[in-house]
Amino acid sequence: MDDILRILEQDARTPPERIAEMTGRSVDDVREAIVTAERDGIILSYRSQVNWDALGRGDVHAIIEVRVAPQREVGFDSVATRIARFPEVRSMHLVSGDYDLAVQVTGESIYAISNFVASKLAVLDAVQGTVTHFVLKRYKEDGSLFDTEEDSPRRLPVSM
Amino acid sequence: MTNSARQDTAPPQENQTPRRRIAQRVEDIPPSGIRKFFDLIAGQEGIISLGVGEPDFVTPWHIREAAIDSLERGHTHYTSNYGTPELRKELSAYLERMYGARFDPQSELLITVGVSEALDLALRATLDPGDEVITGDPCYVAYFPVVHMAGGSLITAPTTMEDEFRLRASEVEKLITPRTRALLINNPSNPTGAVLDRATTEELSEMAARHDLLIIADEIYDRLVYSPDEPFTSFTSLTGRSDQTVVLGGFSKSHAMTGWRVGYAAGPADIISAMMKVHQYTMMSAPTAAQAAAVEALRNGDRDVDEMREAYDQRRRLLVEGLRRIGLPCVEPRGAFYAFPSIMPTGMSSEDFAERLLREEGVAVVPGSAFGPSGEGFVRCCYAASVDDIEEALTRMGRFVERHSQER
Repeated sequence: MDDILRILEQDARTPPERIAEMTGRSVDDVREAIVTAERDGIILSYRSQVNWDALGRGDVHAIIEVRVAPQREVGFDSVATRIARFPEVRSMHLVSGDYDLAVQVTGESIYAISNFVASKLAVLDAVQGTVTHFVLKRYKEDGSLFDTEEDSPRRLPVSM
Repeated sequence: MTNSARQDTAPPQENQTPRRRIAQRVEDIPPSGIRKFFDLIAGQEGIISLGVGEPDFVTPWHIREAAIDSLERGHTHYTSNYGTPELRKELSAYLERMYGARFDPQSELLITVGVSEALDLALRATLDPGDEVITGDPCYVAYFPVVHMAGGSLITAPTTMEDEFRLRASEVEKLITPRTRALLINNPSNPTGAVLDRATTEELSEMAARHDLLIIADEIYDRLVYSPDEPFTSFTSLTGRSDQTVVLGGFSKSHAMTGWRVGYAAGPADIISAMMKVHQYTMMSAPTAAQAAAVEALRNGDRDVDEMREAYDQRRRLLVEGLRRIGLPCVEPRGAFYAFPSIMPTGMSSEDFAERLLREEGVAVVPGSAFGPSGEGFVRCCYAASVDDIEEALTRMGRFVERHSQER
């Protein structure tokens, strides 16, 4: 199972027939494993990683430190889920340290993000304070490097 | 040793045949069967090459970073002829961890400029003129030339597809003469991908002891073995045989470090010392930054090796299944990163096949005949290539095989 997931994690478009050959399983077994993984929330989604910056149409990104008051019974989960549901939030983690939630947001402009913080995030009862860091340049995202200077491997076409 | 005064020789006379410029032992070496394909490929566009002999991965970043750090600190000088103490210490620990083998970092390990140099040194340090070295056929293309240049002759024991290209101790034993000095064993094998099982490894080792032969074990592909049921048996792991075995290894294939030129030899102190003697006068020491990188590879590289091996394993299945599907019988290779399919269904010689495949479909493979007479009728296909390239190569090869099978 892990091998199938690792192949899809590398390239979500790999067809089941090819995965079957690569892992030495039957195509049916591979299809079934994928369906099960999708159903069980192990495979969350299949998406393309688009480098909008390369088109000069980059959105604005920010990392927001959020301090929240944990609530009885549910701790951080209730407020965290409320924040995470906003489509502006691309990823979000509960972290140790000086603040509680590290929230990554994306918007069309600095104004859009400021507006999100001021009118949606900071106003939540549990939220005690926010610090917003606008992203100046992105170097790597989900394992993919932006603007790498690394050449594609240059190998001799035939060697010993 | 040095002549203090050169003896004057008579001036060359006219009409004398010009003196040969190239030494006979170099002239004896036929042009490389692989070299030829460079020229054919040059200028062709859209080639997919399964003809390479190296990983397609780039050296993992933490290993490259270690070399950069070494350069930043100004470690730009020669190292000990044996290699840096850190690397030898780390290598000694590594060989114990991997194979339970104990090598004294002070006297039983030598860091070389790739495993290629280690092989050359092992042969030059142990062969007298006319000594014979036995190896399996087909074998790595460099074996004949390096043995020859060391003054020895290479005697080959044929292996066959029917027997999965396994080297048989009985076949080797038939070839032993009073002149036999060493067995040269490439395990896993380039080009066939065959891996010796434990029983054969032991049998070869016992036979070598019986006949007082040295075993030179070229284990450069030791980390690329794809059978979880039967782990790789290194010659270093055979207890009580260490005195007759020199094991050669490196980082090129396991850690994708071909361009760094760093390898090693592990063996009895007298042989390592003799190898070092040649090494110190010819190479001095292996590249210093590369040795720093190798230390990092040994300390923190196991995960990279596992990930790359899994990727190779997947491509291996893809290529082997694909070759069988297009009608080229192929033994399952258990190690290295080569498949060695038979091209006999096309009726072509392997050189003919490789040349026409390249011209007609733009796919480069290496003719099996480059690896010895038993390689005739086969081609070597490397699966250290992207999955897309392997699929495309198979499509083109399928077309080629179909076209030429119909012709017959």
